[in-house]
Amino acid sequence: MSAPVLEVEGLVTFYGRAQILFDLALEVGEGEVVVLMGRNGAGKSTTLKSIMGLVRPTAGGIRFRGRDIGGLPPFRIARQGLGYVPEERRVFAELTVEENLEVGRREPPAGRDAWTPQRLFALFPNLAELRRRRADRISGGEQQMLAIARTLMGNPELLLLDEPSEGLAPVIVDQMATALADLRRHGVSILLSEQNLHFAGRIAERACIIEKGQIRWRGAMSDLLADEEVRRAYLSV
Amino acid sequence: MSLLRVEGLSKAFGGFEAVRDVSFTLEAGERLAIIGPNGAGKSTCFNMIGGQLRPDRGRVLLNGEEITGLPPRAVWRKGVGRTFQIAAAFGSMTVVENVQMALLSHHGRARALFPLARALYREEAMALLERVGIRDQAERFCSVLAYGDIKRVELAVALAHGPRLLLMDEPTAGMAPAERHALMRLVSAIVAERGIAVLFTEHDMDVVFAYADRILVINRGRLIAEGPPERVRADREVQAIYLGSSVEAPA
Amino acid sequence: MDPGFLFVQFLNGLATASFLFMASAGLTIVFGVTRIVNFAHGSFYMLGAYIAYTLAGVFMEVAYGAVSFWGAIFLAAAIVGLLGVLLELVVLRRIYDAPELFQLLATFAVVLIVQDLVRMTWGGEDLLGPRAPGLKSFVVVLDRRFPEYELAMIFAGPLVLGALWLLFHRTRFGVLVRAATLDREMVGALGVNQALLFTGVLFLGAFLAGLAGALQLPREPANPYMDVNIIVEAFVVTVIGGMGSVTGAFLAALLIGELQAFGILIFPKITLVLAFLVMAAVLIVRPYGLLGRPQAESHAAARAGAGLAAGTPLQRSLWMGLLAFLLLLPLFADEYSLKLAIELLIFGLFAFSLNFIMGWGGIVSFGHAAYFGLGAYGAALLVHHLAWPMEAAILSAPLVAGVAALVFGALCVRLSGVYLAMLTLAFAQIVYAIAFQWVELTGGDNGLIGIWPSSWASSRTVYYYLTLAVTLAGIGLLWRFLYAPFGYSSRAVRDSAIRADAIGIDPRYQRWLAFTVSGIAAGLGGGLYVFSKGNIDPEVLAIPTSVDALTMVLLGGVETVTGPLAGAALLTLLKDFVMPLTLYWKMVMGGLILAMVLAFPKGLVGILGDRLPGLQAAPTGRERPA
Repeated sequence: MSAPVLEVEGLVTFYGRAQILFDLALEVGEGEVVVLMGRNGAGKSTTLKSIMGLVRPTAGGIRFRGRDIGGLPPFRIARQGLGYVPEERRVFAELTVEENLEVGRREPPAGRDAWTPQRLFALFPNLAELRRRRADRISGGEQQMLAIARTLMGNPELLLLDEPSEGLAPVIVDQMATALADLRRHGVSILLSEQNLHFAGRIAERACIIEKGQIRWRGAMSDLLADEEVRRAYLSV
Repeated sequence: MSLLRVEGLSKAFGGFEAVRDVSFTLEAGERLAIIGPNGAGKSTCFNMIGGQLRPDRGRVLLNGEEITGLPPRAVWRKGVGRTFQIAAAFGSMTVVENVQMALLSHHGRARALFPLARALYREEAMALLERVGIRDQAERFCSVLAYGDIKRVELAVALAHGPRLLLMDEPTAGMAPAERHALMRLVSAIVAERGIAVLFTEHDMDVVFAYADRILVINRGRLIAEGPPERVRADREVQAIYLGSSVEAPA
Repeated sequence: MDPGFLFVQFLNGLATASFLFMASAGLTIVFGVTRIVNFAHGSFYMLGAYIAYTLAGVFMEVAYGAVSFWGAIFLAAAIVGLLGVLLELVVLRRIYDAPELFQLLATFAVVLIVQDLVRMTWGGEDLLGPRAPGLKSFVVVLDRRFPEYELAMIFAGPLVLGALWLLFHRTRFGVLVRAATLDREMVGALGVNQALLFTGVLFLGAFLAGLAGALQLPREPANPYMDVNIIVEAFVVTVIGGMGSVTGAFLAALLIGELQAFGILIFPKITLVLAFLVMAAVLIVRPYGLLGRPQAESHAAARAGAGLAAGTPLQRSLWMGLLAFLLLLPLFADEYSLKLAIELLIFGLFAFSLNFIMGWGGIVSFGHAAYFGLGAYGAALLVHHLAWPMEAAILSAPLVAGVAALVFGALCVRLSGVYLAMLTLAFAQIVYAIAFQWVELTGGDNGLIGIWPSSWASSRTVYYYLTLAVTLAGIGLLWRFLYAPFGYSSRAVRDSAIRADAIGIDPRYQRWLAFTVSGIAAGLGGGLYVFSKGNIDPEVLAIPTSVDALTMVLLGGVETVTGPLAGAALLTLLKDFVMPLTLYWKMVMGGLILAMVLAFPKGLVGILGDRLPGLQAAPTGRERPA
């Protein structure tokens, strides 16, 4: 693995008085797709939000390409090259698909190709016909794709995806997996949280399993898929 | 007659069916857990029983008496106590005052203008705090308590009017692992000694399997499995929900 | 009525609607993005008119013509836009996360400061601006004359709406503004610097206000009252339309404009009241206005409110000392000091009654003057029209105010946050408008005079003791209620309504009762007030009276029991000593409020409590975790 894009260590996060993350550590390598697995309530979303600065961790270091980004406001973190796609998608309901993309638009770092709506419509063909449609008038799957496309408009080098497959019909999950695999080929590193093992297996090369706010298992995706014991212990009922 | 009977409960938000035709019963002395993925409809279900949401269809009966669509305060009066997912007490009151508040309401004196609230039902409140194990914290303000202790305050408040049914929304969320078992052991003991029932949602599977007598599994608003822990654990559909749609494929 | 007249009236309605829309659009845009109800919007409007007056004078002196005129109008708007930027940078940026009360008071403080600045710069006289070159004449419509300028203005509103639509849909800035109105946090997570965006929005909002004010100039002279007048109307339009919705504001402006044009024919006396009644009706049916939506909760975790502590020995001895001082005061105080002490006691009760619901019930009332003033007017009317004696009149004052609080409160407590504050303000303005316009009953602007105490209480000393007894009884009762289950229930609802409901306390009912109790107490204060002054006029019902009460609470400390009393004393004394020394009292008052909000949000008693633990036993809900 090359030098990590993202390094997180000793992360501690509270919601009000409830402690969600306990000394959590993980890293994502250049061009790598890492999946954060775990049951709901384990702390997956909170991990991603802490990295993005949307909740403020009480302790821990977060470094992006060696630069400390802990404690920065979200817009500065985004400008470092992180992109975040929330679990609830949070597309701007009254804006059109195109306008949603416009909100996400930012110039790419020098020497890199910028994502354009055209390129994104190629990646997510469903969105192409919906460009003038209001975001609350498209399906859940399309909203998920829009949320990802909107974040890509900022030309992130690392994409944080919170449960992209949640609540989507199997055929849409399939399309999503294809699109994300495509993204990887564009050189975007991805850290995603997921509960769907099958979906995660198709796109991720490494997995971290989080339980009660700590990483309990980490290893290659193929090892996880092969290890019935681990899956039963941390993911199943 | 069942302590709680839920029949065909349904609720839609806009076009989205959050809960669809859910039915189950709960007997006195029983601990029943509702589990399911995020957005499955657990909280919606819970809030319809507690009165925070009004169901579109279906009925909720407590001891045979219909409580469907009553506001929370009326459901409470019928003998239902509840705790919330994100624990918080009345932050401007001390621990014992929180419990006294519930007792004042129970005794119909929540709007009395002249007596000093601090002196009313204090012994009763202290006894409840003793039972949940935080008597020594009685005079502290809730805003400075450890999270686990706030959960206990909530429990004491929910028990103040001698409820027949406890509704607990994620009783152990946000707690350190060791505290979770202590709290659930306490709940189990109280359920047993008072002969009441508890209905709870929970994410921590250790807790669910250790403390539930029976489990309901909800997915996409529908009840898809029900039964004792071992049977639910073995259910293939439940497995599929927790591990992804085609779990067999890669194995 | 002939059709020509009706048609012209209809056109008048449209012109009014145009102005209302232009004056409200900026307010609603700024609220949508920043979630701050910006009272200073009225100041921007007024500044627009004054600056345009000066610029037009200069430009048209140099070269008379349309270019000079319109140049002055737009340059004035742009200058006001820059002042909006200044406001954002200096004040608003620091209070985005503050409680609503602080936001409202801080922007109102700016209103006060600007009023005095305007008076310093332009004087207090009405200044009639030039008429628009080329639009000075009339057109004839169905045999009736209609001013050209008004006709042009009918088109100006839709033109601004169109321009805003283009801005919001065709520019990146506009798209970002719309996105931020829907989900601020997400816009930030996408890399947009909110601070810059907010600054831009304030420029836009202030520009629109300035433009509306400047365009008003040929119709009506610039005057020092236009800020408060327009802000009240703009609030009505914004609230009816749905706060944050530009299209909603346009519809609401049409509704109000036509309502005023035709309402004046049917109910000539109650046009002001009519607008507020419509607003109240809309809010009852649609709590978020015609096109508004519920605001997403910005703070997930509830703020920990203050707690109550038992008195300490030190506190008790201080109180006994104070009581002894008050009892002995007439022995060594002169006439004037006694008058001041009477006022101080009355405002102490008034401020205490406000904090009874605000600090301890979480209900931010921006119209508490209504209940104080209704108590005062109730007593005065009984004396004036029915010749009741003072005793009966003072006893009736809390009843009158209580009935009003019961009725208004029933509607107000259905709402929360800014909407609740706006509805309480609306009700206060209704009462103000009635007192102002129903001349036969209330004497209108002149008010009622000759409301003196009964002969036994006519000496200053006796009236002082009467006031002392009644106010102390009132404050004592409210104080007791706070420590009784009633006060605990109010606090439970404030801390967490959903939890209170789950232990059998009906949150809305509890808020309603507390609101009524508070209104009764305020009315009692009003009853005492009118006999101490001997006369009454509508000022007692106006916004400044409500703001005085809020400032007293703020000065003393919202989250304290005694704060309102200390604040009432401080503000009353300050007014007494400082006001005669300066021509610019409002600026002092505005500066004071700003300083408190920005630097000392805990208030005087809160600060003392932190410094001297024995004085305030309250380890309030804010104690830090160990």
